[in-house]
This record gives sequence, C-alpha cells and structure tokens, in this order.
Amino acid sequence: MNRFFAFVKKEFLHILRDRRTLLILFGLPFLQVLLFGFALTNEIKNANIGLLDNDHGAHSQQITNRLLSSGYFQLRANLQSYRDIDAAFRQNKIKLAVVIPANFTNDYAHGWSAQIQLVSDATEQNSAISLTSYATAIIGAYAAEQQATTASQAATPMRIDVSTRMVFNPELKGAFVFVPGVMAMVLLLVSAMMTSVTIAREKETGTMDVLLVSPLNQGQILFGKIVPYLLLSFLNGCLIIALGVFLLHIPLHGSLILLLAETLLFIFMALSIGLLISSLTDSQLVAMFASLVVMLMPTIFLSGFIFPIESMPRPLQFIANIIPAKYFIDIVKGVMIKGVGLSILWPQTLVLAGMAIVFIGLSLRNLKTRIG
Amino acid sequence: MDAIVTTKLTKRFGDFVATDAVTFTVGEGEIFGFLGANGAGKTTAIRMLCGLLKPSSGEATVAGFNVYKQTEKIKQNIGYMSQRFSLYEDLTVRENIRFYGGIYGLSLTNIRQKTDVIVAKLGLEAVADSLVVSLPLGWKQKLAFSVALLHDPKIVFLDEPTGGVDPITRRQFWEMIYEAAHRGTTIFVTTHYMDEAEYCHRVSIMVDGQIKALDTPAGLKKSYNTTSMDGVFQILARGTSTK
Repeated sequence: MNRFFAFVKKEFLHILRDRRTLLILFGLPFLQVLLFGFALTNEIKNANIGLLDNDHGAHSQQITNRLLSSGYFQLRANLQSYRDIDAAFRQNKIKLAVVIPANFTNDYAHGWSAQIQLVSDATEQNSAISLTSYATAIIGAYAAEQQATTASQAATPMRIDVSTRMVFNPELKGAFVFVPGVMAMVLLLVSAMMTSVTIAREKETGTMDVLLVSPLNQGQILFGKIVPYLLLSFLNGCLIIALGVFLLHIPLHGSLILLLAETLLFIFMALSIGLLISSLTDSQLVAMFASLVVMLMPTIFLSGFIFPIESMPRPLQFIANIIPAKYFIDIVKGVMIKGVGLSILWPQTLVLAGMAIVFIGLSLRNLKTRIG
Repeated sequence: MDAIVTTKLTKRFGDFVATDAVTFTVGEGEIFGFLGANGAGKTTAIRMLCGLLKPSSGEATVAGFNVYKQTEKIKQNIGYMSQRFSLYEDLTVRENIRFYGGIYGLSLTNIRQKTDVIVAKLGLEAVADSLVVSLPLGWKQKLAFSVALLHDPKIVFLDEPTGGVDPITRRQFWEMIYEAAHRGTTIFVTTHYMDEAEYCHRVSIMVDGQIKALDTPAGLKKSYNTTSMDGVFQILARGTSTK
C-alpha cells in the first residue's frame, strides 16, 4: 500500500509542478462558466425600447406599463411616427419598437381584432428573437388576464394580435443549458485528456519501462494514475456546480448527493476513455489529438450542448446517442433543474456505467496484449 | 548459485524470431557484456529477463526465479536502467530517490539515509533540491544508476547506460559499475562502445537473434586473432553478412 501512495504522491508532484496546466485546469471552468453564463446569454435585462403609441387609450397605457415594469425593457424614446423607428434603430438607440395603432383600445374593448406590432433590430438576431418573444409573452399574459375578468360580460372574447417579424423561439437557451454542457466538457477534458497524456508521457520518456520493471503491478500503476485526476476532476466538478448555483442562480431542486455521485460516475467514465486512448498510443501528441477529436469536438457539437439534438439530421442524431456527455447533460439538467431522482434518470446512469465498464475492459485487454 | 541462467530462450513476433534459442549463464557478481548491433535482439532478451515480455519458448531463471511464473519475485530483485532516461525531470533529485525508494517498499528512514549517501557520493549537495531537468546528462545518468541500485538488487540490467555521455563521465560510470560488482551485484550491460566491452568480465555477441560468441574479452580476441573487441565485432558481423 505504501508503494501505491508513493506513486500517487509522485503523480500529484507532477501535477503541482506543472503550473500552467494547473492554471488551465481550474481557470478553464471559471472562464467557461462566466463566458457562457453572462457574456453569451440571451437573457434580457433593461433593453432599450421605443414606443409609438397612436392610440393613447386605457389598454395601450396598461400594456406599456406592463412592459416597462417587467424589468426586461426600459423606455428610451417616445416615437412620433414610423419614420422615427427607422432613425432610432439606425442610431442604435433602441433594440425594439412597440407600435400600437390608433383605435387599439376601442378595437380591443369591442372584441375586434386589436393589433400591436413589434419591430426589432435583426442585426442581433438572437437578442431580437428573445426581445420579441418576451414582449409577446407579456402582452399575451395581459390579454389572458383581461379575458378572464371580462369573459362573463363580453359575448365575444377579446383578442390581441401581436405581429412580429420574428418567429417565436421556444428553446430560449441560457445558463441552464450551458452549465451542464460546460461541466461535461471540462470534466471530459481534464479526466480523459490529462490521463491519456500523462501515461503517454511515461511511455515516451521511457519511465514506463522502469515502472513496469518495478514491483508495482499494472493495477497499481493504472489506479495510481487515475486517483489524482479523479480527485482533481471531482474538485473541478464541485467548483462548476458551485459557480452555477451561486453565481448564475441555477436551481438545485434535486439531491446534491445524487448529483455528486453522478458526477463521479461521469468522471470515472471519462478516465476510462483516457486509459483506453493511452493504451492505444505511445505518443503524447497522438493522445492529445485523439482526446480532442474523439471527445471534445463531438461533445461540443453533438451532445446538445450548443445545437439541439432534435434539430440535427438523422445520422447525426444517431451518433449523438453514443456521446457520453449527452447522458450526463440529461442527468445534470434532470437533477438540478427538474429535481428528478434515480427513478427517472436510471437509464442515463446505466448507459454511463456501461460505457465505463466497456472502456476499462478494453484498455485492460489492450495493456495485457502489449505485455504478452 | 548463478544469477541468470537461460536455456534456448526464444521470442517470436509472428514470423520474426527476435531472440533465437539463446543459452548462457551469468555468475553472481559478474559484469556480463551483452553486445550486438541494433536489432540483433538485445533489448528483447533483456525485456524477457526483466519480466516485461513473456518468452515464446525456452527456459530462464533470474536470481533463481522462473521468468514465466515468478516475475513479481524477479522484479523485487532486479534493478533496471535504460538508454532512455529513467528519472523524472520535473521532480527534484531528492524526490526521485524518494519515489523509487517508495515503490520498492523501502522505509522512510532507509530512504533518507540512502539519499544522503547518494547525494554525498555524487557531489550533488548543491542541486539536491533542484529539478533533475537542470542537471547535465552525465550527472543524470550517474544518478539514474544509483537509483537503480537503491533497493540493493541482486542483478542490475543496464541497457546502453552510457549512450551520448562524454568519455570522462563514461569512465566514472564504469568505476561505479565496478564498485557495485565488487559488492556482489551482478551487472548485465549492453553497449555500443567496444572499448567498454573490454571492461566486462565476459562478453556475449549477438547476431540476428543468436549468440555467436561468448568468452572473456581476452579469450575472444585470441580466438578471432585480433587485437581489439572492435575487431572481434567486425569479424562476426561481416561473417553473417556474407552468408
């Protein structure tokens, strides 16, 4: 056992000596979370809007109040004509214009088709989509309330048609989607790439031979390599969860213990991929590229992290099913946001466990044939 | 008891026979030179004796242990140093010694004691806590040799230990080898340098996976009627090339 600890200690020394890698390991999740959480978010806060109110009636007044009190919008310009809209957009004063036509209140009260037009600056496509959908939702909520209170009196239901130039985007993405994705990515990167590279390095420098000649057996060498990275990755995982919960206010509705256990499972799976890669190559460079190409790229593009799986072409959807991160992202979202437990998430958990077993088995077999 | 005994030890990789029915005996405390051109099968033979590679056929014992069944016992009793550098460059001198002591199961006090001895003997006091990467190659190789002897192995396998080292350091290195042999450690060494072959007690010369000659350097020179080991080697190598 002391031999094993001597080995683990050596691994930690390697990691601690390599300041640059260490910085990347712990800086990366920070950066990614902050980047995806804040900078790349589609969330709307106090967006400048312009109002062209040709109605000046009770309902137009109330809808305007609703929009402005929502916290999403602030009134930057009271517009007088259509021409002003164009000018305001060009001067970059506003991001959204709300146009309420004359007779809106009258039309609305009589149950005729009342219309509001939302014009948004489509040069920023994503925020344009979000802005119009937020505004539409607020106006829709107002209409629904009005209908509920007046339904008994009015014969015909009151209706507001909101016409926008944008299509409603049902999948509003934000930190909720990105954080599980970042977590999967960083953990894969740290676990798999680092392990495969460190083993390849020992082979490249020749120290692996010395280790194999020593009384350490293969199991001790493999686990000695795994343990430090398991710990490191787990720390990293906790860090990302903490950042998500405290900084980005992602809810944690489910069990924290389950979340941590699943994180450990995923890390173990990633480490077994690293072992498999390192059992197939003797060079650090190949190990690194294999990790990047085999894992990082598919994880980013096919796990549903950035592009929704449902909108991929069939063949890619099929490939997405063999990407481990997909299952982990499902699990993290399930536990944190939906608050579900193992009774729902057991299939994903089973898939990850199965993958880990297969990869470990394959890499042990590869190492054996190498010796024999 | 002999340190190494092999009987028709053979390793095949598919159709290729890397080591072909090699038979030899190395006595205790002997410095045994294992010579051969690149690809002659030296490394394959060493890897089998160290328990890194399973032989295809034949028998061998190392330190009295069977290479098929008792590789764990063999590993505990041998030291190994390869032509490729066997220390960790991102660890300090002390940390390297502590690590290798640790994986051979030495006690902490024992390790500390031996660290002091090694550092004093190699004159590394000033750099004992510096990273190994900053040491000159000659020092590294001498340190690697000391580390290979750390657990007092019965046999040390040196696979071209002096590759790329300057003549003065090579000289010092061989003094260390003699010292170890004098204490009873068996030395099994491969080398490219024919002048080093002269330092060995006995020398075997391997050609195409087979041992073509095995004798003392003096005996070899006499039977091949030449004045240097280099001459012996040339004759043997040319002999096969004209076949």
